[in-house]
Amino acid sequence: MTPDKKTVTVNLGPTHPATHGVFQNIIELDGERIVEAESTVGYIHRAFEKLSEHRPFYQITPITDRLNYCSSPINNIGWHLTVERLLGVQTNKRIDYMRIIIMELARIADHIVCNGILGVDSGAFSGFLYVFQQRESIYEIYEEICGSRLTTNIGRIGGFERDFSDVAIAKLRHFLDEFPKVLSEFESLFDRNRIFMDRTIGVGAISAERALAYGFTGPNLRAAGVDYDCRVAEPYSGYTDFEFDIPIGQNGDTYDRYLVRNQEMWQSLHLIRQALDAMPDDDYHVHVPEFYLPPKAQVATVMEALIYHFKVVMGEIPVPKGTVYSAVEGANGELGYYLISDGGRSPYRLHFRRPCFIYYQAFPEMVKGALLSDAVMTMSSLNLIAGELDA
Amino acid sequence: MALNKPTPPIIQDPTPFATEVIAQLSSKFSLLNQENQYGSWAIQVSPADYFSVVSDLKSRHHFTMLTDLCGVHYVEPEPVLAVVAHLHHLPERSRVFVSVHLPMDDPSIDSLVSLYDAANWMERETYDFFGIIFKGHPNLVRILNEDSMTVFPLRKGFPLEDATREDKDDRMFGR
Repeated sequence: MTPDKKTVTVNLGPTHPATHGVFQNIIELDGERIVEAESTVGYIHRAFEKLSEHRPFYQITPITDRLNYCSSPINNIGWHLTVERLLGVQTNKRIDYMRIIIMELARIADHIVCNGILGVDSGAFSGFLYVFQQRESIYEIYEEICGSRLTTNIGRIGGFERDFSDVAIAKLRHFLDEFPKVLSEFESLFDRNRIFMDRTIGVGAISAERALAYGFTGPNLRAAGVDYDCRVAEPYSGYTDFEFDIPIGQNGDTYDRYLVRNQEMWQSLHLIRQALDAMPDDDYHVHVPEFYLPPKAQVATVMEALIYHFKVVMGEIPVPKGTVYSAVEGANGELGYYLISDGGRSPYRLHFRRPCFIYYQAFPEMVKGALLSDAVMTMSSLNLIAGELDA
Repeated sequence: MALNKPTPPIIQDPTPFATEVIAQLSSKFSLLNQENQYGSWAIQVSPADYFSVVSDLKSRHHFTMLTDLCGVHYVEPEPVLAVVAHLHHLPERSRVFVSVHLPMDDPSIDSLVSLYDAANWMERETYDFFGIIFKGHPNLVRILNEDSMTVFPLRKGFPLEDATREDKDDRMFGR
């Protein structure tokens, strides 16, 4: 450090408890004010795009789990929808509604993490504990549906690998009864909390124009006052059948992002209830034998089933040539899959549009002139997931 | 269960707004290719036109959002590196994909950072994986891979795994 240098360089990260993931921020401090910030990413890059070029379509689902691992089911289903769009597969209402239920559960789980941790970063630990118990309930529902919890690999191309069991439905109903109470309690702890409001209002604010320029999507963009939501703008999976509101904020600051996420959880609950009530009795997968493994019992007795089993596992399935972009509303923004198929067993090129990779570049601008402790709050409220950011 | 052939996918028409925009663009610029990709227009332009086409889409047609930007390495019919910019008009719900093909020996193209701030990291990522040079980019360095890397890993010639490594047992899985 040169003697005439007035600022101090602080490394926030890569492994700092306040960064919730492997992020490095090189921050120039003048006292407690941030003069300049620079973000470094890529610490957990795992070459998913290259890997995808060497995997059959169904084997890419577990790769997508590891993008935004707080809401893996949305990534899985987003990928299935992309392939179905390429193949021209039409799913029935039961599959659509099952997907909506799972995707909205995942959205709630993701927002629980983000808002719960936001409370912890501002010094309030109890709210986090209350809602995390409910996240556990969601994971138990996943477990009942697909057998795993965090990296779910839920569903298949063309539907689901099994139907919702009675236990799953019972757990879902139980969650729908219990969660509203906890969420109300959580809101009453934070919404009008003097300390929380002082720590978040006006912190890390971004205007709608700047947010759009930086490619913000999801709750972060809606907190700035732009009502863009993929579920409405480009409806998929039967979202048009239900009524729900898109909550938007005004100031684009940390407090608005917190409020938008909370309101989205209420809307997700509303959607799950509607979908659960409207779910018709039908098959839980469509007839796409080229991509959907036949029942095990048939493989040993029916010749076609054995053929398809072999073809699916080996990935020896002809697919149409074409380029397709398909987007779903992930928990932190528009999650897009840009898929180029040359008719081969694996994608010719697959690009993931990861929302937080794109909006994280606004971070230096958002924290410039703020206090160091505000940088932690801003970062926490952006809902950055290292796995998704680094792909 | 019966063996059946895959049905051809149903492809929607792009929005009338997008079609009108493309018609206006084609009167101003020469579009090398125009294709309906599952309900959105994908156009290919020459490297010289690329910046002005995107700039025109932004300023005149209000495509305010650069959703994404990515590279593609096509090896057939001849090897080229492509850049695809995904533009989005939010109120009209229309997407336009602008692509440009660059020769392998000089893959350079104008940067979009002056139009969209979001292009900064997207172009760094594309440079990182494909070695495409974005002229006028403020900080064109690697972003996800380590700085000392000398190859561009998403090019088709780059192997997924080092073929010379000996620490894996090949007998079982035929790596």
